[in-house]
Amino acid sequence: MKFIKFLIVGFIFGIIMSKAEIISWYRIYEMFRFESFHMYGVIGSAVILGVLSVFLIKKFKLKSIEGEEITFTPKNKSITRYLVGGTIFGLGWAMTGACPGPMFVLLGKGIWPILLVILGSVIGTFLYGMFRDKLPH
Amino acid sequence: MNWIYEPWPWYVAGPVIALVMTLLLLFGKSFGVSANLRTVCSIAGAGKLADFFRFDWKKQIWNLVFVFGAVLGGFFAHQYMTKSHTIDLNPATVENLEELGVKNAGQSYAPEGIFGLEALDSWQGWLFLIIGGILVGFGTRYAGGCTSGHAISGLSNLQLPSLIAVIGFFIGGLVMTYLILPYII
Repeated sequence: MKFIKFLIVGFIFGIIMSKAEIISWYRIYEMFRFESFHMYGVIGSAVILGVLSVFLIKKFKLKSIEGEEITFTPKNKSITRYLVGGTIFGLGWAMTGACPGPMFVLLGKGIWPILLVILGSVIGTFLYGMFRDKLPH
Repeated sequence: MNWIYEPWPWYVAGPVIALVMTLLLLFGKSFGVSANLRTVCSIAGAGKLADFFRFDWKKQIWNLVFVFGAVLGGFFAHQYMTKSHTIDLNPATVENLEELGVKNAGQSYAPEGIFGLEALDSWQGWLFLIIGGILVGFGTRYAGGCTSGHAISGLSNLQLPSLIAVIGFFIGGLVMTYLILPYII
């Protein structure tokens, strides 16, 4: 039962991603061509409110519902891994029109071929794990 | 109640995504979907082959449950909350796609030529989806996060690395959209 809250939040996430068409390949293509404000509005307003939310959590030292202080782990300082990894991710994002969240929402929508993208992304993650030590970070 | 069936605008979606992130923080977790791909590798036994997959994946079960919820949400929205499955694209985008041979752009959520069943009649169709997925999976782990982990969670916490990753997302996205997709779509 302790997992039900995550199921509900995931359910809300799935609905919003589908209803706001964020899972549509076309919306991602349109975004990268700068021909619509929609995706910029979605990400921009989420980040502005997210900044406010993180600020308030830190300012009031809010505790999680389990009673522990909410902590934020700073990301490791580097440029290579973020720029190169990010670029590789971006190539795949524009190609499939789906990042990891939307992939699963599309599966729920019944777009079965997305299973191949999900399979590919697991393979890609596996390949990263195998070659991690040889890559510049 | 008609608004339920209409496409929802960005100013509804953005705040709800911020709410999802905030709820997960209040539950003592963090918003990042791509971590699940690593968990799946770990459950499948990849820990025998690489240290990267040797971690206590049971601590990530909540995230798998979250993703399962997203699948259910996708099903529910499709089945009960959407009447028209067309996307109201910018006419310039539709025209551009037509020039590239993509017919009926916006008449469905996903292009038939990529996600339609006939696209899977050829090995090229399979390769397109699998390679796209590999790029997403490899890139997101290399960068340490995807759109949710970097663009939403990371930027909300004013992390410079996340900004660099998002710049990377756009470099890759623009290269694919302008320089590669026109030849492979």
